[in-house]
Amino acid sequence: MTLTAYRWELRKLISQKRTYLGLGLVIVLPLFFVIFQNVHQRHDRGQDNIFAAQITQSGLATPVLMLLFLSVFMLPLAAALVAGDIVAAEDGNGTLKTILTRSANRGQIFAAKALAAVTYATIAVFLSAAVATVAGVISWGFHHVTTYSGTVVSAPEGLLLVFAANAVYLIPLLTVAGIGVLLSTTTHNSAAAVVGTIGFVILLFIVAGIPGLEGAKPYLLTEQFENWHGLLRTPTDWAPIWHSLWVCALYAVPALFAGYLVFLRRDVAGG
Amino acid sequence: MSAPDGALPAAVDAEMPPVRLDGGEVDGGEPPPVRARGLVKRYKEVLAVDHVDLNVRSGDVYGFLGPNGAGKTTTLRMALGLIKPTEGIVELFGRDPMRHGARALEGVAGFVEAPRFYPYLTGRKNLELLAALDGGGAGRSSIGNRIDEVLEVVELAPRAKHRVGGYSHGMRQRLGIAAALLRRPRLLILDEPATGLDPAGMRDMRELIRRLAGEGITVLLSSHQLPEVQELCDRVAIVDKGRVVYEGALSDLRRQGGAGYRLRTSDNQRALALAGAQPGIEEAAAVDGYVRLQADESHVGELSLTLGREGIAILTLTPELATLEDLFFSLTEETPTTPPAARPPAARQEGAA
Repeated sequence: MTLTAYRWELRKLISQKRTYLGLGLVIVLPLFFVIFQNVHQRHDRGQDNIFAAQITQSGLATPVLMLLFLSVFMLPLAAALVAGDIVAAEDGNGTLKTILTRSANRGQIFAAKALAAVTYATIAVFLSAAVATVAGVISWGFHHVTTYSGTVVSAPEGLLLVFAANAVYLIPLLTVAGIGVLLSTTTHNSAAAVVGTIGFVILLFIVAGIPGLEGAKPYLLTEQFENWHGLLRTPTDWAPIWHSLWVCALYAVPALFAGYLVFLRRDVAGG
Repeated sequence: MSAPDGALPAAVDAEMPPVRLDGGEVDGGEPPPVRARGLVKRYKEVLAVDHVDLNVRSGDVYGFLGPNGAGKTTTLRMALGLIKPTEGIVELFGRDPMRHGARALEGVAGFVEAPRFYPYLTGRKNLELLAALDGGGAGRSSIGNRIDEVLEVVELAPRAKHRVGGYSHGMRQRLGIAAALLRRPRLLILDEPATGLDPAGMRDMRELIRRLAGEGITVLLSSHQLPEVQELCDRVAIVDKGRVVYEGALSDLRRQGGAGYRLRTSDNQRALALAGAQPGIEEAAAVDGYVRLQADESHVGELSLTLGREGIAILTLTPELATLEDLFFSLTEETPTTPPAARPPAARQEGAA
């Protein structure tokens, strides 16, 4: 039944305009980036990032740069747009009572909604990566690429690393989605949940910048947004990835569990 | 998922004794469609539902009657598992939604307050989604046919491809019934289905409910519209300030309100005197050119023979049952402050008829 509810939730997502807003953002931005680069044809791109320096030498540098750029705000925003809306929209439409008087239990509905939010965030990340990769390769070719550690990797290996980097980035992003689901469940208000989720991310960035709080930085969710860098070194630096995994679990598991309990126990008195 | 027609739900909850079809408790038998015992819902200081007992029997068109704010919708929300009772238990076909979750809703459908849908989707798409949530994604053609069928029943087929956001209130009410019928329910719970409808819409809604009841569906109809309940329901619970002040057959309630007769004769003054002297006539009074009598049928018959023998012509003799409106106001405007269990049987006909 959870699978049925999950499929149902995906069908509903597909029919919502909001779904395409977030996906549109993560598709359009890489395209703009590639078009801009092509128009300006600058070969002396900044030296501060090794992938920026080789942007016109290999199309595989584009998805890495886009992940670097989108991972901070745009992808969390896309994830928050759907996760923050996924339960609260039912409250807003008054449809929670409609779906809770059908054949699925509350737990199954919540699981389906959380899974759908996670699926959406995953699709957003890989769609963005795919668009950036295809556009980059069309513009600058499928060539070898140099990683952070200065190691030259072949094009197929580079492609694999791009895929793996995006997969690892999903760890903090899905955590953001989990927090969005919690806020969506507790606030009963889509706008509040979406803004609250993004506000939480911004708040953590601010906390990271406060002098004297350096000790807390490794445990901030936003610091995990760069966990994938370890994959683009030789040998692979697994430490930040494992660290990210348990730090994110500390955020995601309580958030989802709290959301589940609230959803399970709440009185549906509106609508 | 909805049980197929005629399928019986699983075993009765061990905590609840089995019940008789009339709502009483006996050994064995199918559990009643709705059975509530001591249902309480308290919101901080506000007691919204106060020890409500309900017995909806198979085949009933059961009116759940009360003024606005009496606790009807809260009770129905508890029945459907949308809100948790503070105390007490409600079972649908022997299953408690709080314990059995969605399984308790097998064979049950309906809506509380106005039915709500996704406004950005068409009526048909909404029904498709709900069918999918009920696990109806497998046999696409059969589900499609079922959707066509229920849209025809509620006469919404021509507007099925329009967005629900553009539907009138009445169309949404009908779509709510269509969504409920998708589940092929044995129990239909409808909360104020005719509220907000124009007279034609109300007539159509009543006709639809009557038709569904005729097909054997048990209907629990919450309403504050007395003519609707009087026209459709055979049993009622009247609720006021969260308490059930009457539960039982509508006919019993009306009888309880007092059977009366209006008599007009060629000589009302003598007729009144004769009625006063006639054994079995409990009360006789002259009112607006009539003689109003309180008596049962046989005694009124004897009086008519007496009047004939005395040469007094009977011009009209009409039975005068108390209207539901009279009874409703008498029950809801003088609600006793004693607990339900302490009330006299006349005001509390649990499991009657």
